[in-house]
Amino acid sequence: MTDATPPDFARWQPSYDTPPPGHVSSSRLERVLRQGHFAVTAELNPPDSADPADVFTAARPLAEVADAINATDASGANCHMSSIGISALLTRAGYGTVYQISCRDRNRIAIQGDVLGAAAMGVRNVLCLTGDGVGVGDQPGARPVFDLDSISLLRTIRTMRDDGVFLSGRRITSPPRMFLGAAENPCIAPLDWRPDRLAKKVEAGADFIQTNYIFDIPVFERFMARVRDLGLDRRVFILAGVGPLASGRAARWMRSNVPGTHIPDAVIDRLDRAADPGEEGKRLCIELIQQIRQIAGVSGVHVMAYRREHLVREIIAQSGVCRDRARA
Amino acid sequence: MERIRSFAVRHARAFEWVYVRFERALVAMDPLFRRIGYDRLERPVAAVERLTKGLLFDCRMCGQCVLSSTGMSCPMNCPKTLRNGPCGGVRPGGFCEVKPQMRCVWVMAWEGAARMRGGGQISDVQPPVNRSLEGSSSWLRVAREKAAMPGGPTDAPRDTIARAFPRARAHEPAAAPLAPEPPRASDRGVGR
Repeated sequence: MTDATPPDFARWQPSYDTPPPGHVSSSRLERVLRQGHFAVTAELNPPDSADPADVFTAARPLAEVADAINATDASGANCHMSSIGISALLTRAGYGTVYQISCRDRNRIAIQGDVLGAAAMGVRNVLCLTGDGVGVGDQPGARPVFDLDSISLLRTIRTMRDDGVFLSGRRITSPPRMFLGAAENPCIAPLDWRPDRLAKKVEAGADFIQTNYIFDIPVFERFMARVRDLGLDRRVFILAGVGPLASGRAARWMRSNVPGTHIPDAVIDRLDRAADPGEEGKRLCIELIQQIRQIAGVSGVHVMAYRREHLVREIIAQSGVCRDRARA
Repeated sequence: MERIRSFAVRHARAFEWVYVRFERALVAMDPLFRRIGYDRLERPVAAVERLTKGLLFDCRMCGQCVLSSTGMSCPMNCPKTLRNGPCGGVRPGGFCEVKPQMRCVWVMAWEGAARMRGGGQISDVQPPVNRSLEGSSSWLRVAREKAAMPGGPTDAPRDTIARAFPRARAHEPAAAPLAPEPPRASDRGVGR
């Protein structure tokens, strides 16, 4: 009987490491941001499969350009491979990962346990989300949990990390050393209060922010101006969400079906008029990244290229945002 | 009833004025409540509270009222029961992601808070709800907590929440209570 060559990750040994001085975690994303580089994160389209190869196939085109890959937690309330499973696989392959936690499906007992489990598997970044309502997903009859919300979740994990206790007060012998993230949606109602909500997330413990899609630069600029007035850009790293749209039709569908998506009519018109809408969507995404790069207080971009992951490398390369640093 | 809720939010300043005085009276009555017994008072007071606040705010009797920190808009009416602000799915015009015909509870909360003197408390980070206190009187809890403040530690879980959410503890102690609960105020069948 001949054994197949064991995969690389069989030799991977998880360990509990100490963050470098001035860091809360040993995350590559944190290091890149603290060094003042423009960071790139990218969202992985989770497979409906139990085959690890599907995760690696999806991750490969993103890994070339991303400082960390986001593993979504049943986004849009649709069931896929879990974010903790994907994160564990990615860390084995040596990729940085952002482990997304939604409050929709699990209560505080499950979540705190998963945070420890994820940290033990080498996960160094976590994104705290409230989660979309169950009604928009593939199983609208599910019971919504929402035991915590994104902000109490942030404070919970910060308490675990910095005070070394669960919310119950029980001691954690080796606390999870994680770089804490949260989301913000600068382009949707209530526009005037979005910066205040961001302040609350920073107060609760957020070290970095990944925003929802930004297609409306003037609205985002107004948001960032207020963020700078509040001094938040000095307390948190903000990564603006971008992504290539496939067509005007796809954009219209997203706008009405994906909660919290704001796409101006002008953007949709532009795609409708284009001879090659896919190519136009890519060009638009590159332009948006270049415009976002110019806005003071923005530390990076978060690329969400649902079913267009193959474009991510090209988009980042052509936008020129990473020219200032040699990539590992 | 959304119409009643929006009335409360439009008149958040007046409700605040009334509640500040009402709360002062509650706290002053703590010695009397003690004499009668908080446990004996729990059910009748909770019933009155349910009726009054149910009518005015669509109160869901979470037992850990934070209306003074949420612009007089009850956060338990949010389909996601968010205690710390709107989610990222608010629809154009400030409508709810889950119930598109309803105005977002947190958009209303911010409107109410803007009218209130203590409206700044909306930026306090609120702890998760203690589900074992559901159905109990928040009024009595406020009286117990504020009369006993600063109050020593009771047990580790409560102490941890109070320390992890210090501003909520300071402004809305019923949301991060430390005083011992009378038997009838906790474990009201939740999760049993």
